[in-house]
Amino acid sequence: MATKGERILEVRDLVKHFPLTQGILFKKQIGAIKAVDGVSFNLNKGETLGIVGESGCGKSTLAKVLMALERPTSGSVEINGRDIGKASGGELKRMRRNIQMVMQDPYTSLNPRKTVGDIIGEPFDIHTEVAPKGERRRKVQELLEVVGLNPDHINRYPHQFSGGQRQRIGIARGLALQPEIIVCDEPVSALDVSIQAQVINLLERLQNELDLAYIFIAHDLSVVRHISDRVAVMYLGKMVEIGKDAEIYDKPAHPYTQALLSAVPVPDPEGREQRERIILQGDPPSPANPPSGCRFRTRCWKAQEICAEEEPLLQIRPGTAHESACHFAETHDVVHVG
Amino acid sequence: MRKASTDVLPAEGGLGNEPLLAVEDLHVEFATRAGIVRAVNGVSYSLSPGETLAVLGESGSGKSVTAQAIMGILDMPPARIPKGEIRFRGTDLLKLSDEARTQVRGQRIAMVFQDALSALNPVFTVGWQISEMFRVHRGMSKRDAVNKAVELMDKVRIPAARQRVNDYPHQFSGGMRQRIMIAMSIALDPEVLIADEPTTALDVTVQAQIMELLAELQRESNMGMILITHDLGVVADVADKIAVMYGGRIVENAPVHDIYKTPAHPYTKGLLESIPRVDLKGQELYAIKGLPPNLLDMPTGCAFHPRCPYRQDNCVTDNPPLYEISGTRSSACHYWREVLDGDQG
Ligand SMILES: Nc1ncnc2c1ncn2[C@@H]1O[C@H](COP(=O)(O)OP(=O)(O)OP(=O)(O)O)[C@@H](O)[C@H]1O
Ligand SMILES: Nc1ncnc2c1ncn2[C@@H]1O[C@H](COP(=O)(O)OP(=O)(O)OP(=O)(O)O)[C@@H](O)[C@H]1O
Ligand code: SF4
Ligand code: SF4
Ligand SMILES: [Mg+2]
Ligand SMILES: [Mg+2]
Repeated sequence: MATKGERILEVRDLVKHFPLTQGILFKKQIGAIKAVDGVSFNLNKGETLGIVGESGCGKSTLAKVLMALERPTSGSVEINGRDIGKASGGELKRMRRNIQMVMQDPYTSLNPRKTVGDIIGEPFDIHTEVAPKGERRRKVQELLEVVGLNPDHINRYPHQFSGGQRQRIGIARGLALQPEIIVCDEPVSALDVSIQAQVINLLERLQNELDLAYIFIAHDLSVVRHISDRVAVMYLGKMVEIGKDAEIYDKPAHPYTQALLSAVPVPDPEGREQRERIILQGDPPSPANPPSGCRFRTRCWKAQEICAEEEPLLQIRPGTAHESACHFAETHDVVHVG
Repeated sequence: MRKASTDVLPAEGGLGNEPLLAVEDLHVEFATRAGIVRAVNGVSYSLSPGETLAVLGESGSGKSVTAQAIMGILDMPPARIPKGEIRFRGTDLLKLSDEARTQVRGQRIAMVFQDALSALNPVFTVGWQISEMFRVHRGMSKRDAVNKAVELMDKVRIPAARQRVNDYPHQFSGGMRQRIMIAMSIALDPEVLIADEPTTALDVTVQAQIMELLAELQRESNMGMILITHDLGVVADVADKIAVMYGGRIVENAPVHDIYKTPAHPYTKGLLESIPRVDLKGQELYAIKGLPPNLLDMPTGCAFHPRCPYRQDNCVTDNPPLYEISGTRSSACHYWREVLDGDQG
């Protein structure tokens, strides 16, 4: 067990490629989808790292590799100093108990044939030490209450709940084993803002009480800002900027981060016609065939020749106090979120 | 079940005083082993051509079920519509024969689903899926239908549409797949588009592109849009008017500017106060206390009373009607004046 503020997770040069094949009978590899392509970061005990970025940039893939649900192509994920990619048997089981996930899709991530009680109690099947048989029902009911669901609904099936209610079932399951790290992949995007606030308060309360560390993946930038100590921005399999929440939101240095922040809708209709936005042109390039040099260059308004030739590394740049991966990084004031 | 009683399709052309779409006192219930789930308990809202109505509200408050009732895609049973009207150009869709209903569904009223990413069929090319709309509903030849599909993919800005028409859904990014879903839904020039959380799974830059695309399509064809979403930022950006749902009914109706400035129902007020703001960082967020209502056993009186900071004794017994505040605003709260003034309880 790590103690407060101590490093609990260390990710080094993580790569996950999915083979791209052709032919039905005799599959021939014709390339690879570079979903995660060289990502490094640390996470301390009790800390929250927010991860944001374009749809399809590799956030969920990163989460799955952290959870050892997918094997990395290369690179390492160390939890308390042990590489989860190299663990097996009893050690892998113990390490898995320590890192749990709350999933993105409340429609497909819950088994439709199981009751809510079975779904939430499922982790106890493998980890019987957490909830002995006789205590199981009470534990599950406690978890239901904790996430704002009616404990009497323990025998219902997922289809009897709305999308938002199903998301809360997933959160209860992620909490069941009281892990040290929880990877939350879009945990609140299907919820109304009041339940979203309850869930965020709940996550923060549990963090304080249990010293949990969170990886918090979401598209809602004001939610990410609220909950995160640090924020990482991803684009096409790479991390393009990482820093304290105020650095990223108030002094973004990478053009992609600036575009992202300017697109955040403001919850106030006044003056909506005048709002300035950087609307990104075109679509993200295919992760099977990313641009040379800087991956953002096909959509970047600042791109120069060097951007096609040399990959900008994630490092501290002149005039900024946090790391960004742009040859021409400079801080830029954008509309404030929230 | 009520008997279908008419085959007459809703008229085209002028509307007179009738809105394009009017839902009136709609009730939907589900038979379950545990009892009757009253998911929709008297929903009324209306939509004019070119207008955007945003439907907000609690998770599980019946937003999607209402939309499914309008589309006529509820499984009945277990669902049942004991009461209510859904008038499209003056014709009650609930009284149409199944055949006439099919003519309306997908063609004149179309929907983009909440879980669009899984709504595309993985084993058919996107071009085939879009062109099927034209073959089935417009009797086009295969060749013409594919050309129309390419045209639509262009319209929703899929780059190199002609080359990509034979690609499969998994070869597109989430944002592009959502645009393909939108292409399918607008293929037959619907008069009403229901978009159920069309951008929830997408990042804000793609979201901005898609909302702009929808607004443009609306300007071109004067289509009315019902936008179901939890994102109060998106609503503030695009909505003309707002309906807020709680416990299966509408609790507040208002033009977009009014509701953000001066909500008239305690639930709406609670929602707005729950939005995370920069200056609240490090503090607990405001959240409405208590649990959402149990639809099997709704609270007496006002359904919001167990959670309401404005509650008075009569709230526990008297279910508030939708009080008219002005020509364009209404609130289902006995104490809407106090809420408007901001006096707490
Ligand atoms: N099992 C897989 N096989 C092949 N490609 C995959 C697989 N899983 C993901 N991908 C691809 O990897 C890329 C990254 O996907 P991922 O789901 O990690 O994105 P994301 O950042 O989570 O996106 P979103 O914000 O839309 O959830 C995408 O191009 C996706 O199509
Ligand atoms: N087939 C069904 N059987 C029983 N109850 C159902 C069924 N379908 C929906 N419900 C219930 O009806 C209520 C309304 O569901 P609906 O999907 O309309 O909610 P919603 O407002 O769209 O919520 P969300 O914002 O979470 O998507 C929910 O409480 C749900 O549990
Ligand atoms: S390195 Fe060049 S292309 Fe990449 S973000 Fe910076 S300026 Fe733009
Ligand atoms: S009617 Fe009473 S309980 Fe209901 S919202 Fe108004 S004040 Fe609150
Ligand atoms: Mg994802
Ligand atoms: Mg819904």
